[in-house]
Amino acid sequence: MRASICVSVVVISAVTATASAQDHSYTPADIENGGRLYQTTCSGCHGPAGDEIPGVALGRGVFKRGTSDTDLIAVIKTGIPGTAMPPHAFSDQEAAQIVAYLRNMTVVRTGIGTTVMRGLGDPARGRALFEGKGVTCHRVYGRGPRTAPDLTEVGLTRPLPELRDALLDPSATMRPANRPFRVVTTDGRTIAGRLLNQDTYSIQMLDSSDRLLSLPKRTVREQGFASASPMPSYKGTFTDQELDDLVGFLASLKGFNP
Amino acid sequence: MLRVPKVLASLLIALAFGTLVSAQQVTFDRILRADQEPQNWLTYSGNLAGWRYSPLTQIAPGNVRNLELQWAFQTRAPAEANEKFEATPLVVDGVMYTVLAPNHVVALDAATGRMFWLYSPVISPLARVCCGRVNRGLAILGDTLFMGTIDGHLIALDAKTGKPVWDKAVVDPALGYSFTLAPLIVKDKVIVGPAGGEYGIRGFVAAFEAATGREVWRFNTIPEPGQPGHETWEDPARAAWKTGGGPVWVTGSYDPQLNLTYWGTGNPGPDWNGDPRPGDNLYTDSVIALDADTGQLEWHYQFTPHDEFDFDSTQVPVLVDMPWQGQPRKLMLWANRNGFWYVLDRESGEFLQGKPFTKVNWANGFDAKGRPNKVLASTAEGTLVYPNNQGATNWYPPSYSPRTGLFYIPSWMDTFSTYFKAPVEYVPGRQYVGRFPTMSFPAIRPAVGNLNQRPPEDGYGAIQAFDPKTGERKWEFKMVDVTDSGVLTTASDLVFAGGREGYFFALDARTGEQLWRATVGGQVSAGAMSYAINGRQYVAIAAGSVLFVYALRQ
Repeated sequence: MRASICVSVVVISAVTATASAQDHSYTPADIENGGRLYQTTCSGCHGPAGDEIPGVALGRGVFKRGTSDTDLIAVIKTGIPGTAMPPHAFSDQEAAQIVAYLRNMTVVRTGIGTTVMRGLGDPARGRALFEGKGVTCHRVYGRGPRTAPDLTEVGLTRPLPELRDALLDPSATMRPANRPFRVVTTDGRTIAGRLLNQDTYSIQMLDSSDRLLSLPKRTVREQGFASASPMPSYKGTFTDQELDDLVGFLASLKGFNP
Repeated sequence: MLRVPKVLASLLIALAFGTLVSAQQVTFDRILRADQEPQNWLTYSGNLAGWRYSPLTQIAPGNVRNLELQWAFQTRAPAEANEKFEATPLVVDGVMYTVLAPNHVVALDAATGRMFWLYSPVISPLARVCCGRVNRGLAILGDTLFMGTIDGHLIALDAKTGKPVWDKAVVDPALGYSFTLAPLIVKDKVIVGPAGGEYGIRGFVAAFEAATGREVWRFNTIPEPGQPGHETWEDPARAAWKTGGGPVWVTGSYDPQLNLTYWGTGNPGPDWNGDPRPGDNLYTDSVIALDADTGQLEWHYQFTPHDEFDFDSTQVPVLVDMPWQGQPRKLMLWANRNGFWYVLDRESGEFLQGKPFTKVNWANGFDAKGRPNKVLASTAEGTLVYPNNQGATNWYPPSYSPRTGLFYIPSWMDTFSTYFKAPVEYVPGRQYVGRFPTMSFPAIRPAVGNLNQRPPEDGYGAIQAFDPKTGERKWEFKMVDVTDSGVLTTASDLVFAGGREGYFFALDARTGEQLWRATVGGQVSAGAMSYAINGRQYVAIAAGSVLFVYALRQ
C-alpha cells in the first residue's frame, strides 16, 4: 500500500494530465481516501479493477453516463435510476475522492506491484528497445503476432509497478488469461495456445497457428496450464534507464482512442 | 377492437389457447395440501416444508432425453447487469405468475407463454441493493398475489388483472432496506423480511394481514436493550445493535403441526470487520423459529457466531420427518453458506449434526451444543478462508426428495477468499461493510462477458446429494464453473439444475448421472419448478433474461 502511494505521487501528473475530462484537481490523500471508499462500496459490483460491469471500465475512463468529473460525481451520488447503479450517501468531497481514485486506479491499485518507481523513462527510446526485442511476440495496434498478449492497452490495464515487474519476472505477474495452455487429444495430437473459455463439456482456445478451436472435452485426453511464462526475463539485459524507457513506452499504450 | 373487461379478455385468450382458467381461489388449505395438486406450484419452494420437490412423474429417467423447448419468454432486453432473473414462477390452474427483474410481474398462459397482463411499478430511484436488482418470486392467497419490491414496498395484486389491491411502503430504501424474497403465506398472513445486510439495517421478519396489508407482528432479528439476546452485542457504547444487520432475504418454511415458521437470517453489520460489534451478535447468521400467529421466538440456532466472513444463513429451511438414530423425529436440514450442512431438531432447535460439504478452514468442528469451533478471524494483513465470501452455497434453493431420502445442495467447491480488516464507519444509506475480500470467483457474474479461464485450483461448482441419516455423500455432479442454480427433484427420481455456464440439465437423483442437458445461453440463477396442464408435465427454468419451458416431445 505504502509503495503504491509513493508511485501515485510520482506519476499523477503523467497520468491525469491526459484525462481531458478531468475538471477537478486532487491530492494524493484524495486518491488514497477515494481508493478506500471504492474498496468498501464500489468494488463489490465493479470489481477490484473496475471492469466487472459490461461496458464499463472505470480505470480506463469507459463510463456509460458522463465523462467529466462533475458528471461522475453526480452519478455516484444519485445513481442511475432504473439501472443497477444505486444512489450513494456520499458527500460531494467523498464522491470527488472516488473519482480521483478512478482517474488513477490503474496506477495506484492496491496490493499489486512491489517496486517503487524511479519515474517514467522516455517512451521513444523505449519504443526503439521494444521493437528491437519484443515485437516478434507481441501485438500492438493491430500489428504483430497473436501468440503473446496484445499490448495495445497495456498502459491502461496494468499498474505501472506491474509493468516493470513483468519485464523482470514475467511468470510472477502473468495474468490468468495469458498462461500458455496445452491440450492432448484422444487421437494423440498436442495443441498449444491460449485458453479463451471453458465449461464442463468443451474448451475454446486460440492455438499457436492463430486458429480459433472449440473442442468437445470427450475428444481431449489431457489439458492444463503452464505455470511459467514463455517470455524471458529482461533482468540484466537492460540497464535501469532502459527499463524505465520501456515502462515509459508501455505506459503510453492506451488503446486506439486514448 | 371490441373493448372487453380485462378479466374476460384473459379468459377468452385462455380459452383460445385451450386452457380453461379455473375461478377457484387459492385457499391456505390448498397451499397446505400442495402435494395433492401436483399440477400446480403454489409457493416459492413448491410446498411449505421447503422441499422444491414435484410429485409429477411423466418426465422420467427413461424419457427425459426427449425433452424439448415448448416456449420461451424474454424479459425486456437487454436487462441491466445485476438484474438477474432469480424468480421461481408460481403456476395456478394453468396460469403462470413470475417476476422479471427488478419488479415487473407477468401472468402467462402456462401452456404457451402468452401474456395475460403485466404489472410494472415505478421503483424509487432511492432503491439501493448490494448485490443485484432482483426478485425471487411471488406468493398467492385467494385471488391475490404478493410481491416485495427493491424499494421496500409490499404490494398486493389482483391475480386476474395485475392491478394493485393495496401497496404499502414498509421500509425506507434510502437506508438500504429492500425486499428481494418471495413472501410466505401462513394462514391469513403474508410474511416477509428485508435485505440490506450491507447497509447496517436492523433485520426483521414481519407478518401482514393479506386482506389489508396491516402489519400484525414483527420480530426484530437484532434484539434491543431489555430483550433476550441483546447481551450478545457487547460494545461498550451499546450502540452496535442498531446497525447490526441480520437481514432476511430468502423465503422461510412452515410446520403446521407445530405452528412454527422458520427463517434464516443474514450477516451482522459491518460484514468484514467485527471490531465494532464484539459478541456473538444474535440473531445474525441464525435460524429462528417463530410462532406463526404472534411472531414470538420459540428457539434459535446460530450457525456462525460473530461472523466476519459474510456467511448469511439465508437459505430455505428444509423440513423433513424421518427417523434419527432409530427414533422418528421432526428434523430440519440446512446447507449453510459457511460450508457446513446441518441436521437440527425443529421442535427444540437442538443441534444434531454438522458436517462440511466442501473445503472449510474457518472452523474445525462443533462442541456438544453445536457451537462451531472458530479458528480464523479477519486480520489487517489478510486471512485466507475456505469457503469464499460468496459461500459454499447461498440463496440457491436446495431440494429434498422423500423418495430417495436425499438432500441436494447446489455447491461452490473449494473456493476461497482473503479477508482484510479495515476501518469502517456507519453513515446512513451507505454500505457498512469494511473492505471487500478477494475471491477466486466473482460474486456476481455479469450479464455478458465473463470467459472462464480459471485453473482448477480456484475451485468448481457441483450439485451434491447427501443422506441425512448417515451424513454420507451419495454423489457429486461436477461443473467447471460455479453455480447459482437451485435444485428441483421430482417423484420420478430426476434432479433438475443448471449453472453459470448456461446449461440446464437433468440428473439421475440416485446416482447423479447426467441424463439430459440443454444450452440456455445465459447463467441459471434460479430454481427450476414443474407443473402440468391437461396431463402434460412441464419444467420451467429462468436463465439469462429468458424463462424456458420444456416438456416431452409429442
